[in-house]
This record gives sequence, C-alpha cells and structure tokens, in this order.
Amino acid sequence: MTMSIFDISGRAMSAQMVRLNATASNMANAGTVTGSAEDAYRARRPIFAAALDEASAARATVDVERVVAMDQAPERRHEPGHPLADADGYVWAAAVDPNAEMVDMMEAARQYQNNVEVLRTARSLMMSTLRMGQ
Amino acid sequence: MNAIDDYLATGTQALALHARRLDLIASNIANAATPGFKARDIDFAAALKSADTGHAMDRSHGAHLSAGTDPEGASAAVSAGYRIPHQTSLDGNTVELGTEQVAFAENAARYEATIGILNGRIQTLMSAIRGE
Repeated sequence: MTMSIFDISGRAMSAQMVRLNATASNMANAGTVTGSAEDAYRARRPIFAAALDEASAARATVDVERVVAMDQAPERRHEPGHPLADADGYVWAAAVDPNAEMVDMMEAARQYQNNVEVLRTARSLMMSTLRMGQ
Repeated sequence: MNAIDDYLATGTQALALHARRLDLIASNIANAATPGFKARDIDFAAALKSADTGHAMDRSHGAHLSAGTDPEGASAAVSAGYRIPHQTSLDGNTVELGTEQVAFAENAARYEATIGILNGRIQTLMSAIRGE
C-alpha cells in the first residue's frame, strides 16, 4: 500500500507527540532528588528515524526508533538534613536542563502545528478535486 | 473521445505532478526533526515537459497502439532531487522549514489553480455537449 499524505503527516504528528510527552516527563521530574547517582532521573529523548515508502523512496514519514535516556550526570548536592541523603550527606538531583526542555517543547509544538497545517491544506485540496466539474 | 482526453491531458498531468510534489514537501515537513534526513523535491517545469513529450506521439495507422498519456506513470518516472540547504545543520538534516512552507503554499495554490483551469475546460465541454 502506498503512503498517503495523511499517513505522512499523521505519523509525524504522533512522533512529535511522543517528543512532547518525553519533554513533559523531563519537566515534571526536573526537581526530583534521589539517594544515589544510579537512581537519579535522566532526561529522556525520542530518536526519530525517517520511514521510507517502499513504493516511492522519495516519500517518507517519521517513526520513533526508541526513547533514550540522555548521557548527563545528575547533580550531586550536599544536604545532610535531607531524608534521602546517603551516609556522607549527599543527594543527587535529576539530570534535566529546564531551558533545553523548554526549547525542545516549543520546537515540537511548532512542528506539530506545521503537520496539522499540511493536513488541513491537503484535505481542502482533496475536497476541491472531488468537487471538480460540478 | 481522444479530443476530450487531449483537451484535459495537460491539466491532469499537472494535477498529478502537483499531488506528488505535495507528498514530497509533506515528507520534508514531517521529517523536520529527523537527524540525517535529506529534503527532496521535483523540478516541476522539467517534469511537466517530460510528461508532455510522451503525449506527442501520433498514430498513423489504425492498428497502432495508442501511446496514451498516463499521468500517474509520467509523474512517477520523474525522479526527485535533493534540496541544497542555505545553511547546513550539525545533525545532517537539510530541511529548512521556511523554504518548505513557502514551497508547500506555492504548490497548494498551483494545485488549486490547475483545478480551476480543469473546471473551466469541463464547463466548456459541458456547454458544447449540451449545445447551449
């Protein structure tokens, strides 16, 4: 089956939605602290990959290949009074950069809107084609 | 019947090409955030020209097979090229949203215009058929 413009933009919208969800999770966890570096939350990011149409290699939509945890070290803070602090009085704050997350959120939202606009235009063109000759 | 086909052929081919270009630009916009994705597009003028040459073949004998214009085939034969970005990005993606949005809007307007032309021709044919 060939890929239609609705498949292309629809799947791109789902991919951007996964990205928005990842950003939301990262932001939600931005302030969390844990008692060890291994348990600390690390920002997650989806990896996008182009999914080519078998019928025509020029057409391509997007798939989320996988979601990876960013390779970022959690911040170690000295807070002896914290209930989660380890024997030396350290806690680890989630490795999330709120500024980077904001930028990513804006970009994902913009690109989602672009795909919506593509769909809307394609739909109206399709309707004019259907009405042709009337 | 052939005269009617010929009368509508250019519009039909243009419409098929515009539809194909719409798919390509939609693919580019969909992959705006895909690392390493190369934006593609077709050269519309060249594509329409090559679609038209297939249609210039004459039949000098009744037994000859019609070369028939196949808009889908003509547009599929034209290969898509790669866009040259104004600025390269670190992840190898060559989609520039501004360029794509302009191309998409232009292509949509042209598609709409082609439908307008086809509509006019169909109206002409209809009034000829009705003898108005």
